[in-house]
Amino acid sequence: MSVRRLADPHLQPKHFAFTAENRAWAEKQLAKYPPGRQASAVIPLLWRAQEQAGGWLPQKAIEHVAEILGMANIRVLEVATFYTMFLLSPVGKKAHVQVCGTTPCRLRGADALFEVCARKIHPEPFHVSADGSYSWEEVECLGACVNAPMVLIWNDTYEDLTAETFEKVLDGFTNGKPAKPGPQIDRHYSAPIGGATTLKSEKV
Amino acid sequence: MLEDKDRIFKNLYGQGDWGLAGARARGAWDNTKAILERGRDALINEMKASGQRGRGGAGFPTGLKWSFMPKESKDGRPSYLVINADESEPGTCKDREIMRHDPHLLVEGCLIAGFAMGAVACYIYVRGEFIRERERLQAAIDQAYEAGLIGKNACGSGYDYDIYVHHGAGAYICGEETALLESLEGKKGQPRLKPPFPANVGLYGCPTTVNNVETIAQAPDIMRRGAAWFSSIGRANNTGTKLYCISGHVERPCNVEEQMGIPLRELLEKHAGGVRGGWDNLLAVIPGGSSMPLVPAGPDQADTLLMDFDGCRDKKSALGTAAVIVMDKSTDIVRAMARISYFYKHESCGQCTPCREGMGWMWRVLMRMAEGRAHRREIDMLMDVTKQIEGHTICAFGDGAAWPVQGLLRHFRPEIERRIDEYAANPHPEPVRVAAE
Repeated sequence: MSVRRLADPHLQPKHFAFTAENRAWAEKQLAKYPPGRQASAVIPLLWRAQEQAGGWLPQKAIEHVAEILGMANIRVLEVATFYTMFLLSPVGKKAHVQVCGTTPCRLRGADALFEVCARKIHPEPFHVSADGSYSWEEVECLGACVNAPMVLIWNDTYEDLTAETFEKVLDGFTNGKPAKPGPQIDRHYSAPIGGATTLKSEKV
Repeated sequence: MLEDKDRIFKNLYGQGDWGLAGARARGAWDNTKAILERGRDALINEMKASGQRGRGGAGFPTGLKWSFMPKESKDGRPSYLVINADESEPGTCKDREIMRHDPHLLVEGCLIAGFAMGAVACYIYVRGEFIRERERLQAAIDQAYEAGLIGKNACGSGYDYDIYVHHGAGAYICGEETALLESLEGKKGQPRLKPPFPANVGLYGCPTTVNNVETIAQAPDIMRRGAAWFSSIGRANNTGTKLYCISGHVERPCNVEEQMGIPLRELLEKHAGGVRGGWDNLLAVIPGGSSMPLVPAGPDQADTLLMDFDGCRDKKSALGTAAVIVMDKSTDIVRAMARISYFYKHESCGQCTPCREGMGWMWRVLMRMAEGRAHRREIDMLMDVTKQIEGHTICAFGDGAAWPVQGLLRHFRPEIERRIDEYAANPHPEPVRVAAE
């Protein structure tokens, strides 16, 4: 468990409402669940609210979702604080970097990635860099262990990193030369380096 | 070695087209209507005969699980199939490959399994971090709807069936089936007491079966090629093929589909280039994802470990998700296991006291032991605490967090004692470091 609280009042925006497009999207989500079970959509809606709010979840967004779903504010707040992918304070504008720090990634050298984060972004996690562009956090296993070490930035994973290639990936968010998501070495997804040992005879 | 013709996941590495055309070329969705026409009982019996055991970790026989669902609804409650795609066990990354590279295997499996248990709809619960994967899965489902394979009158069978993608937001505990159902209902993912079991009272209070992605994605091939084909692969009670995720200190980490029961050494050396620095450089291996006890190197340990449910149990570990985490002799084993304890501390849902308090306690003691700042008697105390957590929580999370610590103490006690003695001989004031390797 981790203790997670809402951001300080001075950081909280005064208002939040879904854009018309997101509102229409939300209505579609509700249709997935049986009548009276619209609370099921709370995670997808909070997620969309977080995206709209710039990568973090303000208090007003939580209340807005509660209103749409007809839930008590506290029930939605509970969900927002329980699930760690909901970020409760502002993050970097260009990139919020989630570095996997669990054992399989550590075994392959994730320590070096944390040094890069501390040097290039901020010594502490959940702090926005001086220019407001970047922030980072250590997360638990992101499920790409055979491509360790790896990071998740917004919607994409960057895998098989070293300190050097990770710096390139980070720089890509500000210098207009974005790195291609996926393995950052010569490797095809989760196939072994140098080529697959199986499925060679498979016609595709 | 398993031959390519016997592999189920033919697009494991995404070499080919993930879409409907590609999946059809690889044999998926081939006359699915005829499979459904065999009838519900025939499908469940076929699954039972195949001997397939759930691929999500616990290894429960799939056909038996399906047979727990009510044959007909006597009180008007619908039945649901829920797919557990909340793959979060450290070391495990197999379902991800299925969802992004061969999603139609899963979609077709959802239809077959849902039909066999009389479900009205299927929810696929994808972990929050798999963003591209759930987009891909949704795209595959959209293709299937468009082709009339699911939805109203699925595959022309007269059976109406919907499949929805749902997602989480970063809680490992939602991989526990009742926590997953809570989360799917829009609550915190805190496991429910059982009984009642989900087959009686599951999603929205209705009969529900929760199956793993790989389990269900294998179902179409089992139906198409027959239970006899599936059960001819592997060993008795451990049949079929399995996706293995090989991570850690090997030359070429990878995912690979192999037969059940393949010796660990053969698996590593054939597909992953072997242990970094040679087989003799192996320190220990975790055969089934971080919840399972480690197996140390040695003639009657890792050297002779067979990678299936019974083979791992013989070494006092478990196959789990078949996520093989390899650690060579450069590994600081105590810190590596302490990092796993930190993972469980972070992911405990907080509902049961032994787990909520015990996880942090174990992590803190292990961090001290990694530095040697402990007393020898604390080793037994730590073991005692793991025993007080194991079996005393609502769900198996407590067990899964206690086992890796027990494995460490069972096999590496001399190493911990050495560190304690070394520190006692030369105490120093530097702070405890907080990372593993």
